Amino acid sequence: MTTTDYERNIVLSNVEYNVVGTRPVRPDGADKVTGRALYGADFDTSGLLHGKVLRSPHAHARIRSIDTSKAEALQGVLAVVTGKDMPHEADESDGTKYSRDNILASDKVLYKGHAVAAVAATNPHVAEEAIGLIEVDYEVLKPVLTAPEAMKDSAPILHEGLKTEELGEKTDKVSNIANHFQHVKGDIAKGFADADVVVEREYNTVTVHQGYIEPHGATALWNTDGRLHIWCSTQGAFTARDATAGILGVPVSQVRVTPMEIGGGFGGKIPVYVEPIAALLSKKSGHAVKVVMSRAEVFESTGPTSGSNIRIKVGAKNDGTITALQGYLAFEAGGYPGSPVNAGAICIFAAYDVDNVLIDGYDVVVNKPKSAPYRAPGAPNAAFACEQAIDELAGKLGMDPIDLRLKNAAVEGTRRPDGPAFPRIGCVEVLEAMKNHPHYSAPLGPNQGRGVAIGYWFNIGFQSSVNINVNSDGTISLIEGSTDIGGTRASISMQAAEVLGIPMEDVRPSVVDTDSIGFTAVTGGSRTTFATGWAAYEAAQDVARQMIERAATIWDVDKDGIELKNGVFQSKADPELKMTFKELSGQLLDTGGTVVGRASMNAGGLGAGGGSFAGNIVDVEVDPDTGKTLVTRMTAIQDAGKAIHPSYVEGQMQGGSVQGIGWALNEEYYMRDDGSMANTSLLDYRMPTSLDIPMIDTVIVEVASAEHPYGVRGVGEANIVPPTPAIANAVHSAIGIRMANLPINSVAIMEAKWKQQGN
Amino acid sequence: MHWIDYASPHSVREAVDLLNEAGGSARPMAGGTDVLVQLRANALPDVNLLVDMKNIPELNEMTMDPEVGLTLGAAVPCYKIYGNKAIEHAFPGLIDCASLIGGTQIQGRASLGGNLCNAAPSGDSIPVMIALGGVARISGPSGDREVPLEDFCTGVRRTVIQQGEILVSLHFPAPVANQGANYMRFIPRNEMDIAVAGVGCSVVLDNGNIKSARVALSSVAPTPLYVKEIGDAIAGKPANEETLKLAGQMAKDAAKPITDMRGTIEYRKHLCDVLTRRSLQIAIDRAKES
Ligand SMILES: Cc1cc2nc3c(=O)[nH]c(=O)nc-3n(C[C@H](O)[C@H](O)[C@H](O)COP(=O)(O)OP(=O)(O)OC[C@H]3O[C@@H](n4cnc5c(N)ncnc54)[C@H](O)[C@@H]3O)c2cc1C
Repeated sequence: MTTTDYERNIVLSNVEYNVVGTRPVRPDGADKVTGRALYGADFDTSGLLHGKVLRSPHAHARIRSIDTSKAEALQGVLAVVTGKDMPHEADESDGTKYSRDNILASDKVLYKGHAVAAVAATNPHVAEEAIGLIEVDYEVLKPVLTAPEAMKDSAPILHEGLKTEELGEKTDKVSNIANHFQHVKGDIAKGFADADVVVEREYNTVTVHQGYIEPHGATALWNTDGRLHIWCSTQGAFTARDATAGILGVPVSQVRVTPMEIGGGFGGKIPVYVEPIAALLSKKSGHAVKVVMSRAEVFESTGPTSGSNIRIKVGAKNDGTITALQGYLAFEAGGYPGSPVNAGAICIFAAYDVDNVLIDGYDVVVNKPKSAPYRAPGAPNAAFACEQAIDELAGKLGMDPIDLRLKNAAVEGTRRPDGPAFPRIGCVEVLEAMKNHPHYSAPLGPNQGRGVAIGYWFNIGFQSSVNINVNSDGTISLIEGSTDIGGTRASISMQAAEVLGIPMEDVRPSVVDTDSIGFTAVTGGSRTTFATGWAAYEAAQDVARQMIERAATIWDVDKDGIELKNGVFQSKADPELKMTFKELSGQLLDTGGTVVGRASMNAGGLGAGGGSFAGNIVDVEVDPDTGKTLVTRMTAIQDAGKAIHPSYVEGQMQGGSVQGIGWALNEEYYMRDDGSMANTSLLDYRMPTSLDIPMIDTVIVEVASAEHPYGVRGVGEANIVPPTPAIANAVHSAIGIRMANLPINSVAIMEAKWKQQGN
Repeated sequence: MHWIDYASPHSVREAVDLLNEAGGSARPMAGGTDVLVQLRANALPDVNLLVDMKNIPELNEMTMDPEVGLTLGAAVPCYKIYGNKAIEHAFPGLIDCASLIGGTQIQGRASLGGNLCNAAPSGDSIPVMIALGGVARISGPSGDREVPLEDFCTGVRRTVIQQGEILVSLHFPAPVANQGANYMRFIPRNEMDIAVAGVGCSVVLDNGNIKSARVALSSVAPTPLYVKEIGDAIAGKPANEETLKLAGQMAKDAAKPITDMRGTIEYRKHLCDVLTRRSLQIAIDRAKES
């Protein structure tokens, strides 16, 4: 393990702040390290029942009938539900049917682990015994497991009603291809005609899981007054509420979601799974019902990210000018349409300013769990392909791979192939930081190789709400709706503290339920510090405005003559007239009442803030006899716009890097031919342990976003994009072989070596 | 998971009686790091009584006698083994496996007796215990018996232990001069993983030549595999690269692995070659130092 000193972060914004950019202790820290924080499975209430789910043993089958009578008769069982308990209306849309069927199958099971029935009983053991008594009659069908196989005309069809959408038009063709779209820029034929050098290659990535340590868990109480209350571990209380209400066919006002602490999500806790099931069981039994998944259920029944088949063709002039970029992306959606192929297509060539681009994307259903978002969904798959092709091109041109990227790098004004032009971005600055980093020129040992790659994630804005109550002791209570996965209580509080000129420790943040704050979108898309932080900024401005008015009343001066600076209200005209934030807070109740600030705002759509670029420099060492690959040194470099709390930015960068290492080297859904996953435990689904990773050095680049008041760019995701290609490029540099398929495990490396040696 | 009863006998006789009376529905438990996991996974639906081995004096014995050798109680946890200076000095091969099974928490409970009786093809302690010439001491309703460890495992999770019998202790002959041993496994990660292939070996040197050697493999057959032919073939040969190559090739030929999520047949056979060479080299180096 190498432990290198941190390189200095590269601060390109010149504004000085008091709180923003410091590293205070997080408000939720004490509860979490002492084990007092309450997570999804920790909720308890009187009369609580325990639910278990019966899951399909087949990857593809038609359900002929389900007999629940024996389970219902078992002592201790209070409710049994199946797909029949879902409200399938006569005019149900395909999308609604899909989302209900994914919770409890009605007519077909589309992956092993697909839920078909559930039981609530007085304890989990009885519930488990009861699901064993449910008899399901299946007509077993042939499964299809990869996009290239599922796209064949001869493939088994998952949905008889699924008609391919072709370039925006619905067709009559029934197939597993839900959608084919294109992004076109310039003239691709001309681009290749202008090229002196062309690289063309096909890449495959396999299904991988987010691997959050806390399994899904929810408790539901469907009360006799018709109101449904859910306590769950989710990335978004409001999205969980809206999804559950839609699935159950009830108004959102009937559902209240209280988010518990969350033990990781990475996108995988955006969809609901056990919430509607617990609700149906509660409705039938009249009790609160808790359903908690096992690790195997998490693997087999929640959304991993797509496996994909990607082809890249890139052409360049001898001087390194890229003239054409062509990409073909076919993504496995899982059992129902909706892979992240669109996001992959947005990101695949985003780092390059190239005139002629053609991208074809295919969303393909296969007999695997329905895919769910996973940190920069689709972008790591895309980068694995693109960034290896660019590396190969650099080799052919005899150019330094970072120089080749710098020569073609996207800048402000560059139009992305999917349409929008970039606002201010940090692609060049990240590449320059990589090139200048001492890691890039450090000597390598025997059997070692070095690789680089860059990646992009567009980030999202969306809706966020924050309320601030000013307390009489000069502290503020900050009420927000973003569940805290990565330290956002701190990063949001810091932005409010900065506005009001108070220490971050004087902010008491609370993440509250859906009845207690305005709509707030998910903690995802790298949006929370950006959007909810922005809402906190606006709510704090609201507080400042009201308190200035109050000071004006107290001093009997015009409010425009008062300013708030470094936590002190003062008259611009009379230097004697001043009050600290704390002093004024203490007078509020006697001078007209307490102050409540609020903000509810839309922080933009896709690409909010311009998104974030991240780069990696990676060294690997490959055992020549066994093929075992160790990452010996890794440097992560990312544009954060402005790092509100640098430690948490570094944590995000290191976390994304670690997940990238796992994805690159070992993680995979190892599928048997019958469509079952062989490795449904963390023993055989090999995420890296602390002993498998080096100290990951970080460099935060700060190219302030033009949109956010402090210049923030979300940093949660872009960091997982470059590791897989950077590692593949490093392996190529170590052994001289292109590893075009993931995972690059020791067996794959030895097989590639044997193939090259011709035996 | 169904109801499980628990009994904690304080003598070998009491334990044997309990197990014998319960028939197939009782299981011995040492550390429980295999059996409890299997129970929770519903892999032992017929078991409803666990008989704790940890409170029986003979099963906690750890005596090192320069003449007689090492007697290791079947329930002694790994941490006590690698914490024992006499064992560390005389049996570095046992330390190799005791210190790599699981992590610190597992090593606080897990025993080599349990590892052996669990009889997983990948059991990490078994190859080197075979290589060290270990013998299992078994007590049962019809008395005591001894079984050489290479004959102990009879199939995947099957052993010579009969109804009502328990493994009391493991016995290893005292090391001779110029003896060295080692266990080495290949895992894709660096810790907390299951062997794709493993090799345990023991060698005795005589003036730069191999006087005798024993090599056993794990994870490449339904049981840990003692490859007697390797010892026969390399005895008398110089302890050099050529000899190691021969041993590696023989290990590769002897292995009968399957293809599964942890590795292919071809890759596992290849690993047997690589690991046998590497492991023998360490054993030879240790023999030279001893
Ligand atoms: C997280 C984790 C990591 C692990 N890592 C490894 C690893 O790296 N390598 C490895 O090889 N194993 C590993 N294991 C498996 C397990 O820890 C080992 O096999 C361990 O040595 C078992 O010992 P135990 O004392 O816990 O056995 P137990 O679970 O108590 O017993 C195992 C089996 O032996 C039987 N048994 C126990 N004692 C006796 C006796 N005296 N007489 C007759 N039968 C008996 C039991 O009935 C049971 O069938 C791991 C397990 C876990 C949970």
